[in-house]
Amino acid sequence: MSYAFQAQGLVKRFGKTTALAGVDLAVRTGEVHGFLGPNGAGKTTTIRILLGLLRADAGWVSLLGGDPWRDVTELHRRLAYVPGDVSLWPTLSGGETIDLLGRLRGRLDGRRRADLLDRFELDPRKKARAYSKGNRQKVALVAALASNVELLMLDEPTSGLDPLMEEVFQHCIAEVRQEGRTVLLASHILAEVERLCDRLSIIRDGRIVETGTLSELRLLTRTTIQADLGQPPNGLDRLSGVHDLDVKGTRVSCHVDTGQLGPVLRHLADHGIRSLVSRPATLEELFLRHYQIDPPRDARVGSPR
Amino acid sequence: MTPLVGIRTLAGLALRRDRIKLLLWVLLAAGLVAGTASSIKGLYATLAERQQYAVTIGANPASAVLGGPGFGLSTLGGITVAEVGSTLLALVALPSILLVVRYTRTEEQTGRAELVGSAVVGRHARLAAALLVVGGANLMIAAATIAVLIGYGLPVAGSLAFGLAVAGTGLVFAGVAAAVAQITENGRTASGSAAAVFGLAFILRAVGDASAAAQGGGVLKSLSWLSPIGWAQQVRAYDAERWWVLGLQLAAFIALVGAGAALSVRRDVGAGLVPARLGRSEAAPSLASTWALAWRLQRGTLIGWTVGVAVGAGVFGAIAHDIDGMVATNSDAARVFAELGGSRVLVDSYLAWVLSLTGIAAAAYAVGAVLRLRLEETDLRAEPVLATPVTRWQWAASHLVGAVVGIVTLLLTAGLVVGLVHGLRGGDVDHELPRVLTGALVQVPAVLVVAGVAIALFGLAPRGCATAWLVVVAALLISQLGGILRLNRWVTDLSPFAHVPKVPGHEVTAAPLIWLTAVATLLAVAGLTRFRLRDLT
Repeated sequence: MSYAFQAQGLVKRFGKTTALAGVDLAVRTGEVHGFLGPNGAGKTTTIRILLGLLRADAGWVSLLGGDPWRDVTELHRRLAYVPGDVSLWPTLSGGETIDLLGRLRGRLDGRRRADLLDRFELDPRKKARAYSKGNRQKVALVAALASNVELLMLDEPTSGLDPLMEEVFQHCIAEVRQEGRTVLLASHILAEVERLCDRLSIIRDGRIVETGTLSELRLLTRTTIQADLGQPPNGLDRLSGVHDLDVKGTRVSCHVDTGQLGPVLRHLADHGIRSLVSRPATLEELFLRHYQIDPPRDARVGSPR
Repeated sequence: MTPLVGIRTLAGLALRRDRIKLLLWVLLAAGLVAGTASSIKGLYATLAERQQYAVTIGANPASAVLGGPGFGLSTLGGITVAEVGSTLLALVALPSILLVVRYTRTEEQTGRAELVGSAVVGRHARLAAALLVVGGANLMIAAATIAVLIGYGLPVAGSLAFGLAVAGTGLVFAGVAAAVAQITENGRTASGSAAAVFGLAFILRAVGDASAAAQGGGVLKSLSWLSPIGWAQQVRAYDAERWWVLGLQLAAFIALVGAGAALSVRRDVGAGLVPARLGRSEAAPSLASTWALAWRLQRGTLIGWTVGVAVGAGVFGAIAHDIDGMVATNSDAARVFAELGGSRVLVDSYLAWVLSLTGIAAAAYAVGAVLRLRLEETDLRAEPVLATPVTRWQWAASHLVGAVVGIVTLLLTAGLVVGLVHGLRGGDVDHELPRVLTGALVQVPAVLVVAGVAIALFGLAPRGCATAWLVVVAALLISQLGGILRLNRWVTDLSPFAHVPKVPGHEVTAAPLIWLTAVATLLAVAGLTRFRLRDLT
């Protein structure tokens, strides 16, 4: 397995506050990796360490086979970055900014630049100070997507885009993946992550609390079951992994640990299933679990390293 | 809904936002008047001294450029107006412009106006509230000015006329801003355009007054009447006041505000009458490196500074020829110049003083240029550049090289202009130009030290970067007041400018230039070394 980057035990403190308390994050070459977490969880700090803008207090990072602090020039030629808060030079036009950033990076695909401007409906002649937040974001996105780089680091790139542009963005990322490039997508928009990402990591309070594919993560969650049976069930409450059981005559509803679905369904089948609705946990439920106050479980699936 | 509903709330909001700023503005203006009136009273106590002033200044086109036409120059009041006039008028006009734009166009640009506009606010309430606040502050400045001048024993009528003329000027330029703010979408463009109107008014008046002082300027003399700044001086405070000129100011104010209000209803909120100008859709081939970017970001400021320095140098250079006559009879003034310029030859002292002033001006430019690094960092514009293959060292160096080019450009300009103007007036360019140019260029190492302090702060104490401005202010105070206040030698030696050879008048010695450059280099290296290792904010 080759990795676009790997980070282990990253710690970063700002004065008394600890922004990262040991982040382990690994992104495989060629995947689109979702990076989820509430505000202030440490997403941007992690990305800025990967870019060599901040220096970690502890831990090690390998980015495209190099050290992000030491090998700035070689590494940055091979990646593009879209910051979450895009700030541009007010007197430069959007087109000038795109060209400048592309040329600094070394390679800008002129045909793709024109195509992207068209798809994102961006007027490149406007001065940056006249752009709205969404349009500033488009400038940074076009500059990044039009560069021929191996790795794209996108920090909440769609927070200012309208739903139509969000759709355009998703198409672009799908194309990028087909070309075999790697994307780290920090995001709040769960539908976007669900649709685009091969794997994802959830960060909370400076630690990665979940990593894996969406289906791997779902294994850790509960599936909602609603069934109408031929006869009232008994013994269901004695099965392990059944929660919030509610039985009204022949109608049953409960939450089941996804790993225990088999035995539970067999038990239900013994009572004659007339109808059955099963709903896997949404990413939203997965995510909300980590917003809640309970201490983060150190549950890791897949291979964080 | 009546068009002024909500004006009280909006005016209250402006007062709440800027109560400190507004108070400081009024105090600064009053302090300037008080300081000038007090020093004039001391310097020109006798009638003979005042008459000498009237003869030398009143007939001098160069001083008319700066100070205006000069009326009643044999009275204390007239001299006070001539000395404080231009500065005070700029001090009321420019903040008036900035504040009116801030309360109107900038509010629309940031979208805050929409937030407020959706509440119960009349069509003209925003503009009216801005003018109410700014006009009120101008009237307070007028009241303070009048009280101060009367307090120093100057005639009541003249003090009243001057105070009202000052407020009138502030109102006219508030009106200019009110009209201009309707035209463009961008707040900075609006205040820039209104400030350009002020600059034009100053030039019109300067040409007109210089022609009048030169006797027989013909038609050019009337140019002063096209300038709102000229009006304030044509009121002739302390010399048979012409009260009707105040009416001219009031009429202009009303006309401009009327125009602004009429224009504002012909456009949408947030839009300008003139659509924003478009830029290039593709960057020029040259915009391909961090060096090109730094130059692109700095060039506008540098051009502005160069023009400003050239104009200032022209004026100061033009006066040099007359300096003997101006201060010969005033032993206090002669002593002051000898202290400042360090030479027994008065003209040389004066020139050395002017050149050291341009050195400090260049230092101010240098601090601004170096601190642009910090501004780019905190405004998050450094981040996208440093995420490309640009190293921190290259990024910082690109801005610093721009700063050094700027410093040399400004001092070269100052030396050339002062040398040429002074040389031409004296008919001896061959002799004057090289020595004046040398006097300007020896400032470079001292300016570099100030820039070095800014670089060191940027690397080592980025949060305290603005302290670098204090270095400029301290250097200015030490060079202007050090000798007069008889400050301790070790205090004056703290300023890098204290070690610059006072040229013309003295020989150029290499030693201080070398060690000043060495100190600057050390500071820069320390700052940059630390910057390469520290976190970006």
